[in-house]
Formats: sequence, structure tokens, C-alpha cells
Amino acid sequence: MSALSLAVRNSNTMLRRNLLHARRYPSMTLNLLLTPIMMLLLFVYIFGDVMSAGIGGGGADRSDYIAYVVPGILMMTIGSTVIGAAISVSMDMNEGLIARFRTMALYRGSLLIGHVVGSVLQVLASQLLVGAVAVAIGFRSTDATVLEWLAAFGLLALFSLALTWIAVGMGMASPNPEAASNMAMPLILLPLISSAFIPADTMPGWFQPIAEYQPFTPAIETLRGLLLGTEIGNNWWIAIVWCVGLTALGYRWATGLFNRDPK
Amino acid sequence: MTPTTPHSLAIAAKGLRKAYGDKTVLDCIDLAVPTGTVYSLLGPNGAGKTTVVKILSTLITADAGDLRVGGHDLAADPQAVRAAIGVTGQFSAVDWLITGEENMLLMADLHQLSRSEGRRTAAELLERFDLVEAAANPVSTYSGGMRRRLDLAMTLVGKPRIIFLDEPTTGLDPRSRRNMWGIIRELVSGGVTVFLTTQYLEEADELADRIAVLSDGKIAAEGSADELKRLIPGGHVRLRFADPAAYQSAAVALREVTRDDEALSLQILSDGSQRELRSILDWLDSAGIEADELTVHIPDLDDVFFALTGGTNLPNQPAANQPAANQPRKAAR
Repeated sequence: MSALSLAVRNSNTMLRRNLLHARRYPSMTLNLLLTPIMMLLLFVYIFGDVMSAGIGGGGADRSDYIAYVVPGILMMTIGSTVIGAAISVSMDMNEGLIARFRTMALYRGSLLIGHVVGSVLQVLASQLLVGAVAVAIGFRSTDATVLEWLAAFGLLALFSLALTWIAVGMGMASPNPEAASNMAMPLILLPLISSAFIPADTMPGWFQPIAEYQPFTPAIETLRGLLLGTEIGNNWWIAIVWCVGLTALGYRWATGLFNRDPK
Repeated sequence: MTPTTPHSLAIAAKGLRKAYGDKTVLDCIDLAVPTGTVYSLLGPNGAGKTTVVKILSTLITADAGDLRVGGHDLAADPQAVRAAIGVTGQFSAVDWLITGEENMLLMADLHQLSRSEGRRTAAELLERFDLVEAAANPVSTYSGGMRRRLDLAMTLVGKPRIIFLDEPTTGLDPRSRRNMWGIIRELVSGGVTVFLTTQYLEEADELADRIAVLSDGKIAAEGSADELKRLIPGGHVRLRFADPAAYQSAAVALREVTRDDEALSLQILSDGSQRELRSILDWLDSAGIEADELTVHIPDLDDVFFALTGGTNLPNQPAANQPAANQPRKAAR
């Protein structure tokens, strides 16, 4: 059996193991999904009147705010769902099973690849659920072309991949699943200081550069542009640079830790 | 069946060293395990047993040493070593979140068995390890003994020729322990080489062809159980008296004995041979001593273990729980 087909076969087995876990124990994924959905409902129905006054130079109503906030919530869903990857990687690393995998003649990267692909698939499934809630409360994207939809989907997948690798690195670097969950918290907090809920230019001047150039804002602005036709500007390539950079960083970090001698 | 010759070593280690920082864990260890035998590494907690297993099973790298497992060099071709070995460690290497059967199928899949072959292998092993009824339950509901059995069953999916068992019976109840011994003997009768670590002397005595006593990162002694027992002069004849007066007069008459006034017993050094026993009996007769009980104590691995691993030297300890000559039973071959 060639090295490539071994890699594909082993990674596929690990992916199926990962999805089996997700199917058997959906509570973690569903719990992580609650945060973005609660945020969506909270900001639209509780804070909605005040929030809508802050966008579009005033005069915007609740449906305008729904359109504004949904792309941000979709990105936030990614940050929230990948915490599950950090936790499950850390759980694996703390079990005796990892020693078994390491002493079998497997393709070495298969375990992490299984986690990453499984996590990306779970993120995309979560997007569908959050998207469905968004549509249910009145989100519409009627102007987007098929090409824009495809690009939006690609951006979500790319951003999921990037944050998943970072989360996997966090899982590898954590001594236990609780620590992994804590370490991954910024992934769900970063959207709060992005343009997800309010435009970056309404924030204090000293803070605006942070809000504008952190990974979430360019990705959210690009998604907004694709779905709603707002100005994308240079956000699309900044988002792609972030995605590629974070993927490379997370990959190097996670595999570097994985290839070290275990304790 | 694999032929056993002095030249076919399943595991060969020369000058194995491992240190963590400035703490030397393994200090120049040599091991030679003939194919098809059970080799036991015996030692107290913290002696470095698990480190040896981790290194030989490719989990961690050694600092130095010429190491070959299954004929493959550990440093040069760890992947070939992995293809030849199976490991059951101290901590259950099972997936707790899925069922026993799913665990077995996971292994079959990772060993790239076809779907039907995987199902057949899984079913056979579940049957052999008495896990058929529990197969559809999540492993988190298993007892300790069931988890160990599943663990070993998973190890066997890849039909390894060399199996590492790191304290396979630690924490098991006596019945599960006996079960595990039976399983290990069965494996060996099928030609598999077993490298076993244990802190139970009885276990090494029961199962192993050769035993190495590991102490402080060094091999303190190596040999068959009988060879090891001969290393220390622990044998003695023990005379017990019911009457304190008889005890006193015997103690005075015999002089060259170890006294235990509390238990009213005397110990006379002896290797347990018929000739020595007869001369002791003659001596007792000529001195007119009539003991109420005479027992022969042959050194067991406990004595060897304590003598070699720097514990209290026990040869003359009252052998309260050794009422009779205690000949080791050999593992069924």
C-alpha cells in the first residue's frame, strides 16, 4: 500500500471516529451553538432598537440590523464551534488510546487530520442551523449571485479551517480539556470586538485599528459584501491572508507539539 | 510457530540509556528476549519499567543504545517495528465514548482490513475475550477487567508477533488476574513473544521464562525464576515449639540458629536439599530436640526482589506465610 493511500485510509478512519463521537455526544456541539444563537436573538430583539440606531448613519430599523448582524454571527459560530475541536483533541491526548495510535504503523498525521476535517464539517453543519434561525427571524440575501454565494461558502470554509487548526494547536498545548476550553475562549470573544455587532468606526479611535485588522473583521466585512452587496474594499485579501497565515501557524504549532516525545 | 533459537531475538537492546534532564532513568541496560518466550521486567514503582516499554514500543526515543525489535532498528525504521508489535499499556488504550465492537472495528479499519475481514476478526476476538454480550455497550460502562480484555483484544487485531504488556493485571481482582494469565499463556503457545512488566512477583514467577529485575534504572539481576532464587541464600528450616521450656532448651543446644522468641521458632540455614535436611534431622535427634512443627523455606522471588532492589534484606525473616516448600509452578508452555 502506498504512503498516500495509507494516509488517506487512516485519516478517513480517524474522521469517521470523530464524526461518530459527534453523533453519539451531540451535546457539546449543541452547547457551543447556543452562544451565537443567543447572541443573535439578544442583539436583535433585546438591544435591537439601540443597535440599529448605530448603523447606516441612523434611521435604520430592526430588519436592517438583522442584515447587518447575521454575517458577524455566522463568523462567530465558527469561533464558537471550533472550541469543541480544542476540547476533543485535548481529551484524546489525555487518554491511553493516543499511545496505542502512536505505536501502530499509521500515517502519523491521520489523528489530527481526522479532528480538523471533522471539526470543519461540524462548523459547516452549525452554519446551516444558525443560518436557518437567521432566515426564520427575517434575514434575506436576495441580491447575491450564485458566484457570490459560492465565494461566501468558500470564505466560511477557509475561515473554519484556519480557526480549527488554531484550536487544535490550543488543544495540543493544553494539559487537560478544561484548560483547552479556557485557552480557546478568545475565539468566541474576538467577534465581540470586531465589526460583528457594531461598525468598527463607531468604536473609540485608539481601538479602531485593533478592531479593523483582527481576523474577524475583514472576514465579516467580506461576507457582508458577498451576501448583502456592501463595500468589500481591501477586506477580501486581508481575510485570505489571515486565513492562510492562521492555518499555517496552527498547523505548525499542532503538528510540532504532536511530534514531540509524549511525557 | 516461530522456532526458538539463541540467534532469533525478538528484542535486543544494548546500552539503552534514557535521562530526563539530569535524572538518569535508564542507565545502560542490555536486554535479550528470544522469540516465542515471555520476558518479564520486574521492579518497584519508579524503577523505569514503563520507560523501557515506551522506548521499545517506539513511543519515546532513547538517548543512546543499539535497539532492535522484531529484527528492525528502532531508530532507523520505527514504522517497521510498529508493524510487528502490539502494546497494551498501563492505562486503558480504548475509546471510552464508543462501544466495544466499535473499538474493535476502529482497530480493524486502522489495520486496513477489508470490511468483512474486519467484522470477522472483531467477532472472533470479542468471542475469545468473553465480550460478546457487552459488545454493543459503550466502553465507559465496562468494569476494569472487561476494559483490560478489550484493550488486549484491540492489540491483537493486527496479529502482532511481539506484544508489550505494561502491568497488564495492575488493579484487577484475583479472578480477572488469573483470566489474564490464561490469555497470556495462550498467546505464547501461539508463538508470540511477550514482554511483560509487573510489580507482582507471583506474576513473573507464573508466566516468565526469563526475568530481569530492574532497580534504579539498572538491571540488578537477570535469569529464570529458579536462577534468581539461587542468587541469594534465603533457604532455611524452621522449627516451631509449643512449649517455651522446650524452645529455650533447643535454642541453647543448637546455638548456630536464628531465634524468634516471640514465635517460639528457630531457623537453621539450609538450601533445602535432601542431604542437608537429613543431617539437620540427625543433629536434632542427637541433641534430643523434638519440634512441634518443621517447615522448609525455599527463597522465593520476594526474597530476591527485596535483596536486589535495596529493600530490607529478608532471608532470615520469619517465614510466617510460607508454611511449606514453595516450588514455583512454571508457565504452561
